[in-house]
Amino acid sequence: MDMNTVILMLAATVAAAVPLIFAALGELVVEKSGVLNLGVEGMMIVGALFAFIVAAETGQLWLAAMVGALAGASMALIFGFITLSLMANQVATGLALTIFGVGLSAFIGQGYTSVALDGLKELSIPGLSALPIVGKLFFAYNILVYLALAAFIAVAWFLYKSRAGLILRAVGESPSSAHALGYRVIRIRYLAVLFGGAMAGLGGAYLSLAYTPLWAEGMTAGRGWIALALVVFATWRPGRVLMGALLFGGVTIAQFHVQGLGVEIPSQFLSMLPYMATIVVLVLISRDAGVVRLNAPASLGQPWHNELH
Amino acid sequence: MNNSVFAKRLKTLASSFLLASSLAVAGSVAAEEPLKIGFIYVSPIGDAGWTYQHDLGRKAIEEKFGDKIQVKYVESVPEGAEAERVTREMASGGNKMIFGTSFGFMNPMLKVAKTFPNTHFEHATGYKTEANLGNYNARFYEGRYLSGIVAGSMTKSNTLGYVAAFPIPEVVMGINAFTRGAQSVNPKIEVKVVWVNSWFDPGREREATATLIDQGADLVTHHTDSTAVVIAAEEKGKYAIAYHSDMSKYGPKAQLTAVTHHWEKFYTDQVQQALDKAWKPSSIWGGVKEGMINLAPLNAAVPKEVADKVEQAKAAIADGSLHPFAGPVLDQDGKETVAAGSNITDELLSKMDYYVKGVNGKLPK
Repeated sequence: MDMNTVILMLAATVAAAVPLIFAALGELVVEKSGVLNLGVEGMMIVGALFAFIVAAETGQLWLAAMVGALAGASMALIFGFITLSLMANQVATGLALTIFGVGLSAFIGQGYTSVALDGLKELSIPGLSALPIVGKLFFAYNILVYLALAAFIAVAWFLYKSRAGLILRAVGESPSSAHALGYRVIRIRYLAVLFGGAMAGLGGAYLSLAYTPLWAEGMTAGRGWIALALVVFATWRPGRVLMGALLFGGVTIAQFHVQGLGVEIPSQFLSMLPYMATIVVLVLISRDAGVVRLNAPASLGQPWHNELH
Repeated sequence: MNNSVFAKRLKTLASSFLLASSLAVAGSVAAEEPLKIGFIYVSPIGDAGWTYQHDLGRKAIEEKFGDKIQVKYVESVPEGAEAERVTREMASGGNKMIFGTSFGFMNPMLKVAKTFPNTHFEHATGYKTEANLGNYNARFYEGRYLSGIVAGSMTKSNTLGYVAAFPIPEVVMGINAFTRGAQSVNPKIEVKVVWVNSWFDPGREREATATLIDQGADLVTHHTDSTAVVIAAEEKGKYAIAYHSDMSKYGPKAQLTAVTHHWEKFYTDQVQQALDKAWKPSSIWGGVKEGMINLAPLNAAVPKEVADKVEQAKAAIADGSLHPFAGPVLDQDGKETVAAGSNITDELLSKMDYYVKGVNGKLPK
């Protein structure tokens, strides 16, 4: 395996990690506010479908990406209404929304299988993209990859360096205290949930616009679930989310490279790897209940309502 | 004559006339009732691919037989329990002829066939039969061999990529035939195979194609159902050989040719037999000679000498003088699996579970 192949593998890993980065960062913000949104997979795939439809019909890729994010946010609005206003159980609602999203996208997307799309192209930065090793590794991705990186920096800064982020985290740790201080808990959570949905939708849009410019039902293939696990695996810290996404992206890519290199591991086992890695990682983290309790937002998953009204 | 007797006789005459005429009408209506036919597809029809080609066959029979048949189809039926449910539903819905177009429908169809003895079942690419279950298949490997000639002639890196679904004999014989076809014009080539474990998954097919290209392949072919491989090859400026359908509109520069499937004649013959009440279960395995397998027009980039070689080989396969697995056939360890001077038997072919020399990697069991 020569240097060139390694470079290409690393570049492919980054490209494969992007949907996970978007969805996991979004979910991180949601969970930091105390809401557990299990509907990520449904929001991703709905984002993927609507982005694809807009791109196929209008050819405007930027518009398509925005519509994808909007579609994810719309699903999130439904989730928010049911869990924040109607106080329904967050886990059940999230699951229901995933099933709904996957089915809805398959139904609406029927006419779009086999439609060829001129997808998002890789950037060609004059001078930089052509550099021998560094060029392919850093300067030759499509624009959404760089957007994912920007999102990571923005979310990290927001959560830990901004006042609004502090308030969000306060809401997640102790909504009653935040409420007592005069912050609008439900509204803050709504905003967080909408952001999470938009990011999931954007992650899905990346899949259908850039990664595989085709639509196929179920094309997210469980990435939403992997993103959810990633947030726990990363103990709710953005930096670790990024690392985890790259790790899972790498595992996804490795299964094909390993086969191509003729290594004797059954391909069925390799296909399983990303999902198995998810389970293993979750088990390892959850072994020590203390670690999880210490790092998770204290009110995660518990509905909060204003007792004074 | 007595009035009441006359009236009675008139009533009898009238009622028997009515009965006779209604029976005649009913009889003629029954004779007109169209033959209900069902198709079960494993993936979406789309614009190209395995199911699209079968659907062309469905359209052909609808055009030919018009009102005499009533056809319905179900797409994207997963193999396994769901397939059984769909088959059963079709059979109990009055469909008298059911075509199942994927290997994994074999056991479900067999089960249902046993409980519906008066319905005709036809299963594609399988090997089990019943009194009312036949199977049909095409000699894809003949087309693969021909496409290998094109691949071997056009590759510069001598590495050919193959994106494959599941390691069943049909897929393996395709890989081997492709390899042998390429070796017949270029003994230096090697074939790298990546298994995606799905008949239709554009995302993985694309990742697999990118991997193969990153590992040095400058031509990729596939045994999967979407256009993702051709599209990916076109984007990366490499060659591709499509499968099932002509996918040149998805990869005008990339696609050198395609191994195309043609089921129209088979479906027409089967339906005609059923309409003539002469249907018998059969095991059909047709190839280039029967017109079930063909090559799409070669890309302009393919030079004339190569095109001529392909034509010659195609004619030789059709008249039986060239067999893609004519001995000696060596497996990866160099062991001879088909003796020199003889051709592989159909039985051994349908059980093929090894790679020939020239294919990289180990076949998953």
